[in-house]
Amino acid sequence: MTVPTSDSDRDASLLRLEDIVKHFPVRTGSALGRGHREVVHAVDGVSLAVSRGETVGLVGETGCGKSTLARIALRLIEVTKGRVVFDGVDLTALSARQLRTYRREMQMIFQDPYGSLNPRRRVGSIIGEPFAVHGDVVARSQRRRAVQELMELVGLNPEHYNRFPAEFSGGQRQRIGVARALALRPKLLVCDEPVSALDVSIQAQIVNLLARLQKEFQLTYLFIAHDLSVVRHLCDRIAVMYLGQLVELGPVGELDVTPRHPYTEALLSAVPVPDPDQAARRRRIVLAGDVPSPIDPPSGCRFRTRCPRARPLCGEEVPPLEVRAGSGPSHLTACHFPLERAQARVPVEVHPSQLLEEGNPC
Amino acid sequence: MALLEVLDLRVRFDTVDGSVQAVRGVSFSVDAGHTLGIVGESGSGKSVSTQAAFGFARGAHVSGRAMFEGRDLLAMSDRELQAVRGARVGMIFQDPLTSLHPMYRVGWQIVEAIRAHDRSITKRAARSRAVELMGRVGIPQPEQRVDDYPHQFSGGMRQRVMIAMAMALTPSLLIADEPTTALDPTVQAQILELLRELKDDFGTAIIMITHDLGVIAEIADDVVVLYAGKVMEEAAVRNLFYHYHHPYTEGLMASLPSAGVRRGELVPIDGQPPSPIDPLSGCPFSPRCRYAMAECAIQAPTLLEIPGEPRHRSACVLPRDRAARQALAEARRLPATQGMVLDR
Repeated sequence: MTVPTSDSDRDASLLRLEDIVKHFPVRTGSALGRGHREVVHAVDGVSLAVSRGETVGLVGETGCGKSTLARIALRLIEVTKGRVVFDGVDLTALSARQLRTYRREMQMIFQDPYGSLNPRRRVGSIIGEPFAVHGDVVARSQRRRAVQELMELVGLNPEHYNRFPAEFSGGQRQRIGVARALALRPKLLVCDEPVSALDVSIQAQIVNLLARLQKEFQLTYLFIAHDLSVVRHLCDRIAVMYLGQLVELGPVGELDVTPRHPYTEALLSAVPVPDPDQAARRRRIVLAGDVPSPIDPPSGCRFRTRCPRARPLCGEEVPPLEVRAGSGPSHLTACHFPLERAQARVPVEVHPSQLLEEGNPC
Repeated sequence: MALLEVLDLRVRFDTVDGSVQAVRGVSFSVDAGHTLGIVGESGSGKSVSTQAAFGFARGAHVSGRAMFEGRDLLAMSDRELQAVRGARVGMIFQDPLTSLHPMYRVGWQIVEAIRAHDRSITKRAARSRAVELMGRVGIPQPEQRVDDYPHQFSGGMRQRVMIAMAMALTPSLLIADEPTTALDPTVQAQILELLRELKDDFGTAIIMITHDLGVIAEIADDVVVLYAGKVMEEAAVRNLFYHYHHPYTEGLMASLPSAGVRRGELVPIDGQPPSPIDPLSGCPFSPRCRYAMAECAIQAPTLLEIPGEPRHRSACVLPRDRAARQALAEARRLPATQGMVLDR
């Protein structure tokens, strides 16, 4: 039935995205449908592996393809090219029927706790929906109890089983979404901006909940966010996307402290710091212009049109995502002229010998 | 003298579920050329209070006073209010797409905004003013973009159009209601930079309404913290961040993930904000407050000045003296503080 790719896949990483490409066909021009057929390059050649129990944060701005990539990881949308390997099995090769078994093991939490819950259904039936779909998991007679256990697990009052979503606040609704996602005891949770719509004090409650559940159930998270402070707090590694591609990938504590890609640096410096003295002191990099259209992305490095360090080579050759001289072994950067550690946003202790080794490859 | 002084503002809406008391006696003031940050969570009344002051809250029962440039906005006729809004006060909102008319060219909309207040300006002059303004707020090729429709602009550019329109008549006050919330971080940084520049160039005072303490730290001179329609604390920005007094402010600061500490537990504020219908008689924050005492549930504390810190006021009965307060705070930071009742 299943298509195991190789034995080594089984233990290495839970989720492996291999050279994922997703193009959406669109018509441009006339509103009457006579425009040109063109494609939106939503995701263009992204490879990313997520280990068991790890939390990878996927950050980037609107339209960078992070949500598309997340949906591809769960095969909610089909890839144009590439493979999604989950627990050693190539999901892209499975039929819809075969896929159902794997669907249990990967779930999603959505951004909008208002839009993602059916307002006409009671909370108990929303959380119990996965049991109805996968009928063999919990016997019918046991379902109510299972749902109430889930409610308790995420900090909801089990007595509120028969209430409607409208009777809950935003934070409580997000707990309902988390309970529903956990119902089938998944291995992988894809969280698409799970706290962005919540107030600060409630955000912290949900972040703590996600961290606790991860420990308790050895969950693996793919965590999509534009809020870098939350990502830093919760994730082991950060993947930065720009216009459909990964531009930088590295461990928390390294990527966010000494970013090597100019876009990552700009993104980090753009996040407002809740500290007036620090805000006044720090160097802010304000990028010029807007993100180019994903219909016709720039040649070579896609960031070059806004990059303060762009040189002719950047328009000619696509910079590969690889370890750059001076970075740690798991810190990859797709830039021809990566920032040197000494230029990094946050001053760090660097041994002079390290600086000498960093040359620009031109 | 304050440019805008809001005194004991109360806003109430009648709904089928009962009367919603959105704002319950809020006072604040903005000095000319200063930036006041109003911070609060959903339902705290942060947007409603400024909207009501300028007569935008339809169907609301509004009382109190709102002195703007020496005149009470709440005592003005609609006609008088209209002359103030747009001309003396500019406004920008979270979602620039719904604030702009989709069927009219942006240039036309800016021209209308200018000519609505002064018909003596010719269309031609207003148009060249629109081009100039669009260039000033950083829209490239304003001569061409002036004839584009709102949908032809990106989110950040649309917000710039809104700012151009709001600044068209060089108002003395700009009200920015969550202007960067819908924008990406790098675009947000551009817009905040622009607001800072405009403030310096035109001497415009800004009221920045936001839920984001990061934005407050970046742009505000003074801050008002709202909770459940009441002012919890107000202070100069540095005082608020480094010497906050109110437990709610402390809770907000503690819930933020800090860059230095990773993977530790965040400290959320337990519980949920109270319902705006039938508000509590005591301090609205007391059910969620780790320092709550018996008296807090009975009598709402008044906003009192912190000795030695001018313009720093807090609506909390905790000791005003910093040392005593810190000692108490230390004692309360121990685990199992919930529900603890201590005598002062």
